[in-house]
Amino acid sequence: MEREKMSLLTPSAALRRRYRRDRLFLLAGRLAAVASFSTIGLIFLAILYTSLPAFTQSCIKLPIHFEETAFSNENLDLANYDMLVAQALARVIPGVTDPGEKEELLEMMSPGAAWRLQRMVNSNPKRIGTVQQLWLPASADIDMLRKGKFDRTTPERRRRLSRRQLKWYDQLNAEGRIKRYFNWVFFTAPNSTEAELAGIYGAVKGSLLTMFITLVLSFPLGAGTAIYLQEFAPRNRWTTTINVTISNLAAVPPILYGLLGLAVFINFFHLPRATPLVAGMVLSLMTFPSIIMASRNALAAVPRSVCDAALALGASRMQSITHHILPAAMPGILTGTLLGLAQAFGECAPLLMLGMVAFVGNIPAGITDPATVLPMQIYLWADNSGQGFPEKTAAAIVIMMLFLVIVNTIVLWLRRKFENSHPHTS
Amino acid sequence: MSIHIFLLLTLLTAVAFQLGRMRAFRIAAHSGGLRKMHSLPRHYGSYTALRFAVPAFILAGLVTLFADNIAMHLVWSSLPEQLRTLPEEQAKLLKQVIIHTSANQPAPGNSASATAQAGWQLKQLTTGALRLGWTGSILLGTLSAGLFLKKINCTLPARRTMEKFMWGILAACTGVVIFTTFAIIASVAVEAVRFFQFVSPLEFFFGRTWSPQMAIHAGQVGASGQFGALPVIGGTLMITLIAMLLAVPTGLFTAIYFSEYASSRRRHLLKPILETLAGIPTVVYGFFAVFTVGPLIGHLGLLLDVETSTESALAAGVVIGIMIIPYISSLSDDAIHAVPKRLREGSRGLGATRSETILRVVLPAAMPGIIGSLLLALSRAAGETMIVVMAAGLAGNFSFNPLKSATTVTVQMANLVGGAGTFNTPSTLAAFALGLLLFLFTLAVNIIALHIVRRYHARYQEGM
Repeated sequence: MEREKMSLLTPSAALRRRYRRDRLFLLAGRLAAVASFSTIGLIFLAILYTSLPAFTQSCIKLPIHFEETAFSNENLDLANYDMLVAQALARVIPGVTDPGEKEELLEMMSPGAAWRLQRMVNSNPKRIGTVQQLWLPASADIDMLRKGKFDRTTPERRRRLSRRQLKWYDQLNAEGRIKRYFNWVFFTAPNSTEAELAGIYGAVKGSLLTMFITLVLSFPLGAGTAIYLQEFAPRNRWTTTINVTISNLAAVPPILYGLLGLAVFINFFHLPRATPLVAGMVLSLMTFPSIIMASRNALAAVPRSVCDAALALGASRMQSITHHILPAAMPGILTGTLLGLAQAFGECAPLLMLGMVAFVGNIPAGITDPATVLPMQIYLWADNSGQGFPEKTAAAIVIMMLFLVIVNTIVLWLRRKFENSHPHTS
Repeated sequence: MSIHIFLLLTLLTAVAFQLGRMRAFRIAAHSGGLRKMHSLPRHYGSYTALRFAVPAFILAGLVTLFADNIAMHLVWSSLPEQLRTLPEEQAKLLKQVIIHTSANQPAPGNSASATAQAGWQLKQLTTGALRLGWTGSILLGTLSAGLFLKKINCTLPARRTMEKFMWGILAACTGVVIFTTFAIIASVAVEAVRFFQFVSPLEFFFGRTWSPQMAIHAGQVGASGQFGALPVIGGTLMITLIAMLLAVPTGLFTAIYFSEYASSRRRHLLKPILETLAGIPTVVYGFFAVFTVGPLIGHLGLLLDVETSTESALAAGVVIGIMIIPYISSLSDDAIHAVPKRLREGSRGLGATRSETILRVVLPAAMPGIIGSLLLALSRAAGETMIVVMAAGLAGNFSFNPLKSATTVTVQMANLVGGAGTFNTPSTLAAFALGLLLFLFTLAVNIIALHIVRRYHARYQEGM
């Protein structure tokens, strides 16, 4: 019986097969890792690319004559600012007489143009009687045309800009009267039905107010509960049940918290709906479990020897906790709270259940004003098929992600900084 | 207004702390040094502050909460007889009118209507009650703290009392958290039970038609209200299945690559990114599903000549899959990384290749943790709301065709109650029944997952 010739230098067929399988396995692992990172990377690149146009706004330079006849009324708010814009347009593009055509001409400007004039006159009435060259915001359609997002080959019936409007646009553009400016409005305005006037500030402020309520409720209650359960509670069947319940609650779908909030806070306690107060209360219910679990882990990670040393030197139980364990566990508790808040910041499903989907056209002043939050604003804009809204949605997502990246970086920094804060451990 | 009183009370609390502390120092000076005192001066200070803050804040809080109710009650009882005996709905409306007129109004003349008078009266009474209550709360706090200041002496065990009080606060925190959680779960269960009084559980669990629109007027066509949840459950399961099919292999291989092949530097760098990715708000993925994946599937359908719907189950499923990949890979990576190194070394030492070691030694050892992570991902996928609300449909088809639109439990819940004011109709109550169903499903999955993970922990702690 002759055995296969074996050598350590030339691997056998079976070994080669095993090696091949090994390489394939590694390849699969690499591919999966690349795929999962690159898919999400691609999503963000796509969103970032989509968002870019939203950060600029096309403006048209118009010679505005603040004629005194237009301001005959005492009340400056009653002056016809649309007429000022229309007159300026007529000066730039002469020869438009037909009322329908005039209407088309005015439609090239945003309603925000007149509002800006109104604000300017209000802040400085001395402007009346002067002539000024002003850059005023164009309508969303003109804005899209300027940004190259408008298909001129579409038949006129299905196009949002008429043949005449395109001609006027080309004329203005040739005269250098159209320019893109950084879109400050997007960062300072509340929501609006006009894409070129819509901003995220209302939603950002709503989110901040909501997060304030969530923080005020969930941090003290969550941390207090964690300290009690970890340091004082007796170990018996009750506390085991409570522990299991808390870890189960951490994985309950967020939408259920919306249902709970609707049944209890709104229907039973009649709290004002769609306000940062209710939203913050519901979101803090959602963040309790994760804060409690993170805080308990942080408390448990503090070496018992620290506590024992304090007790041996005559400190009371409470003193050993407040003076030694708590300061050592604080970074962990804080990072847990930050991560819980970050999660609550981006959460939108429970607020959908609370009916926080209404259009809110002004900036909330307090916690009981109707408000919306940033993720909800994104959801609402994503639903809006109007010109310019997809770009706004993407831009809002970019801002929201920026917030979250900042929070996560802080968490990471805190963790790295305090990672080795107990060298005497173990 | 109430924020000012809050700040004032906080300030006064700080003052009380200082007074108590100084008083303790003075007593110590008279009776032979700090060593003779039972507690440190700051303990006496904190106790004094507490004696001020607790009664003052409680009274001020109560007054702020209930002043307008009390004032309304007083105003209501002074209204003419025929207004007070209005039917309930109109009475509610009248109260709203009175509250509305009370805001920003000068004093009305004698000729003004009864509601305007009442509004004015309400404003006066509310302001009066608030002022009275707030002054009272400051007085009460001062009284209680002042009495305590007199009592301070060497033997008073301020520290022990303070510690008991802190213990009480911590226990109360726990009580509040536990109580709210259970009360809230109970309230949802109650609403679900109310739903089952309208619709039999048999129809709900086994009915094949889901059309929750109720007839608003009697005899309306096509609005019968059918609550067979099977299409909804089926849609949820299909979308979850698509998501898991995509995410499980990708996520697991990523985790294996991370814990077994990647250098520790790369792992250190990429792991936090993975964890950050797991926390991306789902509305972002929803936007991606609507604007990229949905149209993409539509184009592919045109190319392959297959009929697709703009809101397909496939788009939602794929995007949910992408969403849970970081979740699975991060948790599984933890599980694989926790497998003791000597197992690997033993296997390699016996001549196994790397992949053989992973497949036959490491993965079986990490399996409970991995299954736990998969189950947690499953409950996340099933409970995902924003992506399906944005990318999946509303109509409950009983088709199991992933290219058609499908509906899920969460979409129906959002659609049925979305901010509803009252829950009297079966269609709003149905949301609570669906919610209970979802809750029980995720609860079961979580309990199994936690059970498996815990057993795995126990096995490794026994000393493998």
